[in-house]
Amino acid sequence: MIKASTLHPETAAFRETVPAGEYFLKVVKAGETIRILDREGNQAADTLFYNAHNPTERYSAVDTIRAQGNVYLTAGSKLMSSENNLMLEITADTCGRHDTLGGACAAESNTTRYALEKKCMHACRDSWLVAVTEHEELGLSKRDITHNINFFMNVPVTADGGLTFADGISDAGKYVELKAAMDVLVMISNCPQLNNPCNGWNPTPIEVLVWN
Amino acid sequence: MLHSAAPLYDDLIPGGSHWSFIMRRGHVLRLIDETGGANVGMLMYNPENPLERYNMPDTLKNQHTFLLTKGHVLLSDMGRVMASIVRDDLGWHDTVSGTCNAELVETRWGRKTYQDAHNHYHRNGFTSFLNELAKYGLGKKDLTANLNWFSKVKTDDEGNMAYVSDHSHAGATVDLRFEMDTIVVLHTCPHPLSPAEQYPSHPLRYQLFKAAPVTDADPCKTSSPEATRAFANTALYHLMQA
Ligand SMILES: [Zn+2]
Repeated sequence: MIKASTLHPETAAFRETVPAGEYFLKVVKAGETIRILDREGNQAADTLFYNAHNPTERYSAVDTIRAQGNVYLTAGSKLMSSENNLMLEITADTCGRHDTLGGACAAESNTTRYALEKKCMHACRDSWLVAVTEHEELGLSKRDITHNINFFMNVPVTADGGLTFADGISDAGKYVELKAAMDVLVMISNCPQLNNPCNGWNPTPIEVLVWN
Repeated sequence: MLHSAAPLYDDLIPGGSHWSFIMRRGHVLRLIDETGGANVGMLMYNPENPLERYNMPDTLKNQHTFLLTKGHVLLSDMGRVMASIVRDDLGWHDTVSGTCNAELVETRWGRKTYQDAHNHYHRNGFTSFLNELAKYGLGKKDLTANLNWFSKVKTDDEGNMAYVSDHSHAGATVDLRFEMDTIVVLHTCPHPLSPAEQYPSHPLRYQLFKAAPVTDADPCKTSSPEATRAFANTALYHLMQA
């Protein structure tokens, strides 16, 4: 569902550009709104959320799609935690659909999806692993890296049980906005994938904005 | 011949229960829906490094599928084949709906404590998984999207999910050939989308067989270039093992 935001970038309390291949880490407080902006279009923002006070509780793809009875995420979707609590709600979306079943790219999954010799190409899980090891104070490790949301990715499920990777439905300037229902740690890998057409073989920056 | 004729072992897990064990590579785990209507939640980990575990997104996207059936492989997050589905009587198994939890079971089917009902109390999948995971030093952080054998959840063009009732029949069988040593964690708690009026309690019969060697022409190995490469990764993992 396309729903534009009423918030203006000039009034944002926080703005940061995240180049492709970089990670983004920030606590967003309950009641605050975070916008992820696809600056140049067809980029994937691979995103994980944790309860900022107890990261053992985290975004759960399967609990989220089951709770809403739909496999896609868009405006109105309520993102549920592994403990069945509301974490965030998508309050605006100019893209229309986001994927939460396709997971993130990893060096190892690049070997199976593309070619065995692709193993040393930078991937989203590598970005997250760097994030958690550079921030030991968070107490996170590979155990905490679970099934993420791929904002701006379109992975349609067919009625006969197929999974397709369709052309991106995002474009320059499209965004998704979420209001936090609890204090959440947001961990994004701005995807560096070079092996598929989803981002036109040209990963580009995203921007993150937060309103209090 | 995919495996030895007589099972090495044969056992029944009652409905609404949980159990776990280690499957050794080169063996087949046969899952049988004894009464029809079963749901079997399953998680898998590498006993040598439990940080390697079954990965739903990698399994689905590598094989361009939303359902699991014969010919598919179950991939770990490390790009390896944990198990191959070498037989399936049903054609559709779910791995995207997660598992029931205490709140869901109580809301849907009421609360039945051990004090009330002894071993017929209402267990849920979430607590059952945690109970078994703890036996390997694992916990909440290790919970991931699980398999729901014998259950079907389809979607329409808009992505709306629908649970398909009466999908599985008595005797329906799935054979999983393990390609690496794997901790298998099982529960027989209800599927979280089951509309059943009474708490569904269906047992699982499982049997163990010795698998025949996997040839280069194996249907799971050749099912896709992605699967072939995942088998190559698994072979590399075993390169220095007898
Ligand atoms: Zn990626």
